[in-house]
Amino acid sequence: MASNLKSLVGFHEIANAPAKALKTFKEETGEQAVGCFPVWTPEPIVHAGGMLPIGLWGGTIELNKVRAYLPSFACSIMQACMEYEIAGAYDDLAAVIIPALCDTLKAVGQKFKGKCVCIPTVHAQNRQVTAAVDYMVEEYADVKRRVEEATGKTITDEALSNSLAVYNEHNAVMREFAALAAEKSAYLTAADRHAVMKSAWFVRKEKHTAMVRALIDELKALPAKEDSRKRVVLSGIMAEPVELLDIMERCGVVVVGDDLAQESRQYTADYPDGGAPLERMARQWCEGVTCSLAYDPKKPRVDQIVRLVQDNKADGVVVCLMKFCDPEEFDYPFIRRRLEQEDIPHILLDIDQQITSYGQAQTKLQGFAEIL
Amino acid sequence: MLTMGCDVGSTSSKAVILKDGTEIIASKIVPLGTGTKGPAAVYQEVLDLAGVAREDLDMLVATGYGRLTFQGADKQVSELSCHARGVSFLNPAVRTLVDIGGQDLKALRVNSRGGMENFVMNDKCAAGTGRFLEVMAKILDVPIGELGELALKSNTKMIISNTCTVFAESEVVSHLSNGVPIEDIAAGIARSVANRAASLIGRVGVVDTVAISGGVSKNKGIVHFLSEELNTPVYVSEMAQLAGAIGAALFGYSAVLKQEKRE
Repeated sequence: MASNLKSLVGFHEIANAPAKALKTFKEETGEQAVGCFPVWTPEPIVHAGGMLPIGLWGGTIELNKVRAYLPSFACSIMQACMEYEIAGAYDDLAAVIIPALCDTLKAVGQKFKGKCVCIPTVHAQNRQVTAAVDYMVEEYADVKRRVEEATGKTITDEALSNSLAVYNEHNAVMREFAALAAEKSAYLTAADRHAVMKSAWFVRKEKHTAMVRALIDELKALPAKEDSRKRVVLSGIMAEPVELLDIMERCGVVVVGDDLAQESRQYTADYPDGGAPLERMARQWCEGVTCSLAYDPKKPRVDQIVRLVQDNKADGVVVCLMKFCDPEEFDYPFIRRRLEQEDIPHILLDIDQQITSYGQAQTKLQGFAEIL
Repeated sequence: MLTMGCDVGSTSSKAVILKDGTEIIASKIVPLGTGTKGPAAVYQEVLDLAGVAREDLDMLVATGYGRLTFQGADKQVSELSCHARGVSFLNPAVRTLVDIGGQDLKALRVNSRGGMENFVMNDKCAAGTGRFLEVMAKILDVPIGELGELALKSNTKMIISNTCTVFAESEVVSHLSNGVPIEDIAAGIARSVANRAASLIGRVGVVDTVAISGGVSKNKGIVHFLSEELNTPVYVSEMAQLAGAIGAALFGYSAVLKQEKRE
């Protein structure tokens, strides 16, 4: 079903080999890189220093030594990240920033096992009060100071403002890509779409923006093509390992939208205009972010998922529930109830990065495709 | 028209040959599942039973855990859809189905045409599955086929509190050591599986008629306690273990009809 779009190759290469992308960046620029644990890490601070903010999203690794530090009910992303820390995989980084957005991240920020500098940071969860913005400004200023100390860089307000513009532009381009990918779904596999989204974590955003623009141009030049596959929206933290997306492809399912933290969710909140850059960053978190990890009693995320289904004419939703992710588990009953009210078919898929047997996922996804 | 459905499960292989989508002319169950000689054996044995050759079959549909690796199938369909279709063939009134196989547990909502409308599956865990019963039968030193009858002899409401197979095993050992009668333990085991199945069914909603399929349906104790738990009779066909294979053969029949229509 998918055609071999020339511009897609680069995305797959980067998404499949983040370490290589880091090496290339260092060789090409001679600059440092700072690891950014998921999610809502203040990446522009690193970017403004001319460095690479590189996303740390775990991976498929045999879990051994981490067992001494994390309980088995910590999510697989954090288990894998800590195993990588212990193995020295992050020692090439100048620092890592770890936001304390869930109980596990809180612990991980306090017991970093790598050799580079660790910068834990705490986001305000009572986001609607004015003091939350003041607090976040102070918190981001502290992160900036610690990044400067760790890297020897000076990060100016002007550079930070420029970086916010780069990030807002990237957000817009990614939203445009997501819409086009749903419209011209016949030209992309679920794994293609994922590679475009995931690769954004491993290169500087201006480079990624240029790559996505080239892909958008290539897609736009292609004629409209009917796609008989079942259209689904993915919700959750991530839809990895990529074998799950390959199973969807084999079951005749195409991804036309997502609210995944690793993918589109991060592009839903721009840095607002006006004010000093740190204040704009604080306001993005307090006023713009919709996420299971950002407290909001009104649960606007649920509406967002329904809108994604309606806007992209999706047939159903695959809720990719990260195993042992409390914030996502707390949201699920609200999502489920609303999808049932709207008569939108959905399925719950357990996500575990270290999964090695896909029989159950295959049956679930095939069964779901058969009822759509 | 002859169609074969082959349901390759985790612990057994089942096959059915269907004539004109209405008459079962041969069926066979081999207690060996995917990755063993079971699938090839059940395929050959059911052909021999029907007295036909592969060339006589208009279509062969594979289903079950081993459906993707089964050699020689014309197509494959998930066991979820096949069980819904197969049970509906056995009893068209069925609207809620629980399929308890060797290593998973599924609850399905079935429509009047035998189509699956919704389903939920257990997590990756042996609790409440055939594997759980195998482990328990081994500890009690009772043939798995007799576990159900034994459970029905109990007059005491015994609870196995742990749903985890590993922890339940040590709980059963502790009961044995304390001299608890074996039939009470068997009843506790059956109740534990029935409770787990009932909670899964609750997630799709209980709509009569409720049926059970899969190998565990042969355990009368579980059927009894499930019925008690759901407060409604639970239908069990004598061919419940073959439901997936029957459904696969029916999907084959529909596919051939569709093909003929196109031609």
